[in-house]
Amino acid sequence: MAEQDAFVRHEMLAPEAPPARETGATKWLRENLFNGWVNSALTVIAGYIVVSFILEIVPWFSNSAWNANSLAECREIAEGACFAVIRERWQQFLFGFYPSDQYWRPVLAFLLLIPALAPVLFEKVPRQTFYFTAAFPFIAYWLIWGLSIWYPVTAALGFVIGAYAANYASKQVSGVLSAGIGVLVAIIWWAVLAAPVGTLLNMILPIGLSSVESREIGGFTLTLILGVTCISLSLPIGILLALGRMSDLFIIKVICTGFIELIRGVPLITLLFVASVLLAYFLPPGNTFDLIMRVVIMVTAFASAYIAEVIRGGLAALPKGQYEAADALGLDYPQAMRLIILPQALKISIPGIVNVFIGLFKDTTLVSVISMFDPLGIVTPIRADADWNGIIWELYGFVALVFFVFCYGMSQYSQYLERKLQTGHR
Amino acid sequence: MTDAVIDTAPTPQAMEVSDTVAIQIQSMNKWYGEFHVLRDINLTVYQGERIVICGPSGSGKSTLIRCINRLEEHQKGKIVVDGTELSNDLKNIDKIRSEVGMVFQHFNLFPHLTILQNCTLAPIWVRKMPKKEAEDVAMHFLEKVKIPEQALKYPGQLSGGQQQRVAIARSLCMKPRIMLFDEPTSALDPEMIKEVLDTMIALAEEGMTMLCVTHEMGFAQAVANRVIFMDQGQIVEQNEPHAFFNNPQSDRTKLFLSQILGH
Repeated sequence: MAEQDAFVRHEMLAPEAPPARETGATKWLRENLFNGWVNSALTVIAGYIVVSFILEIVPWFSNSAWNANSLAECREIAEGACFAVIRERWQQFLFGFYPSDQYWRPVLAFLLLIPALAPVLFEKVPRQTFYFTAAFPFIAYWLIWGLSIWYPVTAALGFVIGAYAANYASKQVSGVLSAGIGVLVAIIWWAVLAAPVGTLLNMILPIGLSSVESREIGGFTLTLILGVTCISLSLPIGILLALGRMSDLFIIKVICTGFIELIRGVPLITLLFVASVLLAYFLPPGNTFDLIMRVVIMVTAFASAYIAEVIRGGLAALPKGQYEAADALGLDYPQAMRLIILPQALKISIPGIVNVFIGLFKDTTLVSVISMFDPLGIVTPIRADADWNGIIWELYGFVALVFFVFCYGMSQYSQYLERKLQTGHR
Repeated sequence: MTDAVIDTAPTPQAMEVSDTVAIQIQSMNKWYGEFHVLRDINLTVYQGERIVICGPSGSGKSTLIRCINRLEEHQKGKIVVDGTELSNDLKNIDKIRSEVGMVFQHFNLFPHLTILQNCTLAPIWVRKMPKKEAEDVAMHFLEKVKIPEQALKYPGQLSGGQQQRVAIARSLCMKPRIMLFDEPTSALDPEMIKEVLDTMIALAEEGMTMLCVTHEMGFAQAVANRVIFMDQGQIVEQNEPHAFFNNPQSDRTKLFLSQILGH
């Protein structure tokens, strides 16, 4: 063994810039595309496929026809795509069979959706906008379905009255009981007083829009109604189910576990058939339980079961020490969950939750099997039309593109959220 | 490695111990399933006492102090903390927990909150303190543990020693009457142990009632007025530190001390 001299460093070395070939585009190309002869060959082959695909598809777009009244006319004008069908039928794609002189109503509702969602999605939006967010469901309902404005107003009043009752009761009795009183008061209001009060107000001051049946609503309007409603309902319900399943209270645990397993073990289409056909047998005759409402309940139940399991995964991923630290500081269960556990568990669950949301959004097209005219359901009558018989790619491609835009948007938002909530390693 | 602290600390006798009982544990037993973890524990802690609990791993020392704020449930016997008996009454448990601070081996700071928010959370939500006041209190204690400049950072950005000092400050913000330390230095790099022990010594000098599970015998000699040795779920020996270290009575204690002080 060689003799090792004693060594003491007197000057520390300063960091230097890396060699030129280790940075920039050259490095990226070499590492990712031409790293050895196998990779180089694969790069060339893949490049050839991509280029020939583009060469094939570009003429289809560039030779497309936008002005025609039938497929045959399209084919005379151009060899490529026949987008004229979308130009002619865009109203149906957007609104289904909604009365055409009332299109402004769903349009306004969706424009108002933007400020309503803003405070939920972005932290920088002033908190007062939440009041508008709370009012939005009632406004949107009134705009889309019409009838007297007083019915949604009295329905909204139920929440306000319930909240006041709970607040008043909380000064006399404990938290859980006062919440129960609030719920009870609200239910009494809705069941007994809301409808007569609404009718009375309507007689005094009739403000209303012409009524639109659920059957007439279709296209992307229907997709958005179902998507937005079910997404915003299934998250809170899913959280409660997840907490219930993790609960120490046996009855609550059994109910939540049973609900999740039951709903998750059944195909969504089955639930939709139950909503459209079977419920009509079970409900009293002559009921006016709206079809879209029934679908919303079923889709929400389905999605919330999935969300619950995703969130349960997030809860299980949290170190036990977080629960213990929250307990040791004297926080009670609701506080510990709301302030410590859920913010972290939800953050971990974001990719899974958004996964369920995107799935749910696309699953809304399944309502076409119970003869509702969502964008996919609209395609069928268009293709059955003698003028457009034989057209496929343009229609499904258009629907796919719109869905992609929405789903990609959700995905991007989730990544933004993950970056924003990044607070260093745990 | 902790010899340095011995010079700076006052002798244990210099610190006052009152005769008010802070914690009373009477023939307490605990089982994990079939396993009898704690056997017939009797312990009275007076206000202002600083007790160090040591013993081999698995001897039940952590479980013992975790029973005091009900992170673990005991099955037999009686624990009275600050005049309130621990039972299944959730109100009592939350009340005791807000009076008893706890510092964990792995800090357990809340990673999604800043240091300041970690410290103000419990005062705001449990003590219903206004936010401004809670922040003032938090800054006061962060200064005490000598890291006020880190207040707006997240726990993940701090070193282990700093995180543990924040954890101590977080507990102190609740103005607890008793502090429990569950191996507070075991997860730390050697060079960070001293800063945490210094913080704990400063706390002891102010007369805080402390129960500390630790293997830092230098700390025990410096501040403890009682050292408890546990083995197999039982209290085997307890004595004031000088006698405990220089004249251990039981064979188990002698063996344990020779193992940890032997090198």
